[in-house]
Amino acid sequence: MEIKLTSPIEKSRLSELRAGDMVSISGTIYTARDAAHKRMEEALSSGKDLPFDIKGNIIYYMGPSPAREGQVIGSAGPTTASRMDKYTPKLLDLGLAAMIGKGKRTPEVHEAIIRNGAVYFAAIGGAGALLSKCIKECEVIAYEDLGTEAIRKLRVEDFPCIVVIDSTGEDLYLK
Amino acid sequence: MREIKVSEITDKIKNMCIDVNLNLSDDMRSALKEASQEEDSELGKHILKQLEKNLEIASSENIPICQDTGMAVIFLEIGQDVHLTGGSLEAAINEGVRQGYTEGYLRKSVVSDPLIRKNTGDNTPAVIHEKIVDGDKIKITLAPKGFGSENMSRVFMLKPAEGIEGVKNAVLTAVKDAGPNACPPMVVGVGIGGDFEKCAILAKLALTRKVNESSEIQYVAELEEELKEKINNTGIGPGGLGGKTTCLAVNINTYPTHIAGLPVAVNICCHVNRHISCIV
Repeated sequence: MEIKLTSPIEKSRLSELRAGDMVSISGTIYTARDAAHKRMEEALSSGKDLPFDIKGNIIYYMGPSPAREGQVIGSAGPTTASRMDKYTPKLLDLGLAAMIGKGKRTPEVHEAIIRNGAVYFAAIGGAGALLSKCIKECEVIAYEDLGTEAIRKLRVEDFPCIVVIDSTGEDLYLK
Repeated sequence: MREIKVSEITDKIKNMCIDVNLNLSDDMRSALKEASQEEDSELGKHILKQLEKNLEIASSENIPICQDTGMAVIFLEIGQDVHLTGGSLEAAINEGVRQGYTEGYLRKSVVSDPLIRKNTGDNTPAVIHEKIVDGDKIKITLAPKGFGSENMSRVFMLKPAEGIEGVKNAVLTAVKDAGPNACPPMVVGVGIGGDFEKCAILAKLALTRKVNESSEIQYVAELEEELKEKINNTGIGPGGLGGKTTCLAVNINTYPTHIAGLPVAVNICCHVNRHISCIV
C-alpha cells in the first residue's frame, strides 16, 4: 500500500508516483514557509545562492512550535501551500523535486510541476503532534531571526504523505 | 462593587492558553470520534483516525495539537459591578498571553505590523472583544485561531431580497472555496445580521459554542442542520481528500440588522477548534 521514498530523491522515482498514492518519506527534508520563501526569492534576485542546494530536495511548508526539553521539535504539521505559490515555479525550475504542504495550488504551479517532473505531497493538516514523531533531527540552517519561519534541515523517518499533484499534473483534490 | 485584581486575569489567561492548545474540548473529541466511525471513504476514515491519534499524543506528551497555536482571540463579558484594580486590563491580558505562549512552548505567530511583518516574539497582542453585562463577575473565553482556516473566512453584504437562500449560498461558497486549505473537517461559524463588523464577531463567537449544541431559535437550528448536511454532501471530506465528513457543525448567531441590509459572515475553523472559558 504505502510506497517508501528516500529524500533527496531522483525525478525518475517521482515519475512513478500517481495522485492518491500513500507514501512515507525518510531522509533529509527542508522547512520553508512564507518569510523564508521571500528571503530565498530576494537571494535569487540579487544573484546569491540559496541557503541549501534545492536540487533533488524536498521543501516542507512548516513552521513548528518550540521543542520542550528532550524533544526534537514541537508540533510540526503542514501549512497552507498556496501562500508559497508565487515563489514555487522558480524553485521548481531550479530543481526542487517535491513539496509537502496542504491545500490547493495555482495553475502556474501545476504547469511548473509538469514541466519539471516534480510532485506535490499533502501531509495531514492539523496533525502536528503526530507528525512530529517522524522527525528525528532538526537543525536551523538559515534565517534564524525568522523564528518559527527559519529554514530547518530535518531528518525524517517514515513521514506519511499523500501524492496530491503527480508529475503528469493529475490533482487528487480535483478528482 | 466587587474588586478583581488584573493579575488574576493574567494567571487565568496564561493557563488557558496552555490548556486549550494541548487538549481539545470533549464536544469536539466526540464529534471527531463519531465522524470517524461513520465516514465511508477509506482514506477519509484513515485521516480521521490519525486526527484522533494526534489528539492523544498532544494530551499525553504535551505537544500542541497543531503547530499553529493561533492568534489569541479573547471574549470578555465584564459585569458592570466589577472594579478592576492593579493595572491595565489590556496589559494584563497580553501578559497572560505572553506567559502562556512562552512557558507553554506554543508557537509565536504574530507580527507587529501587517506589512513590515516582524514577529513580536511572544504572540502578543491578543485580539480582544469586550462586552459589558450585568453582575459582578467576568467571563473569559479564549479561542486561539489558526490562520489556515481564518484565511478562508468571508463577509458577504447581501441584499435583503436574497433572503435565506442567499445566506445558504454564501456559506456554501465560502466552504467550497476553502476546500482542503481549511483543514477539514471544519467547524463553520456564521454570523447573520448586525452590520459589517458585528456579523464577523457573531461568526467568531459562534465557533465557541459547543458543536453538539444548536441555536435556541428554531428556524436557525434548522438552518444549521440543513447547511451541515449540504456541506457534508460536497464530498470535500477529511483533509479535502474526499468523503462525507467535511464539517462537524455549523453554528449560527443572528442579530437585528438595518432595513437595507443582510450581512453574512462565515468564519471557518479547522478541526482543531479550540475554545475554553472560565468565570472570575
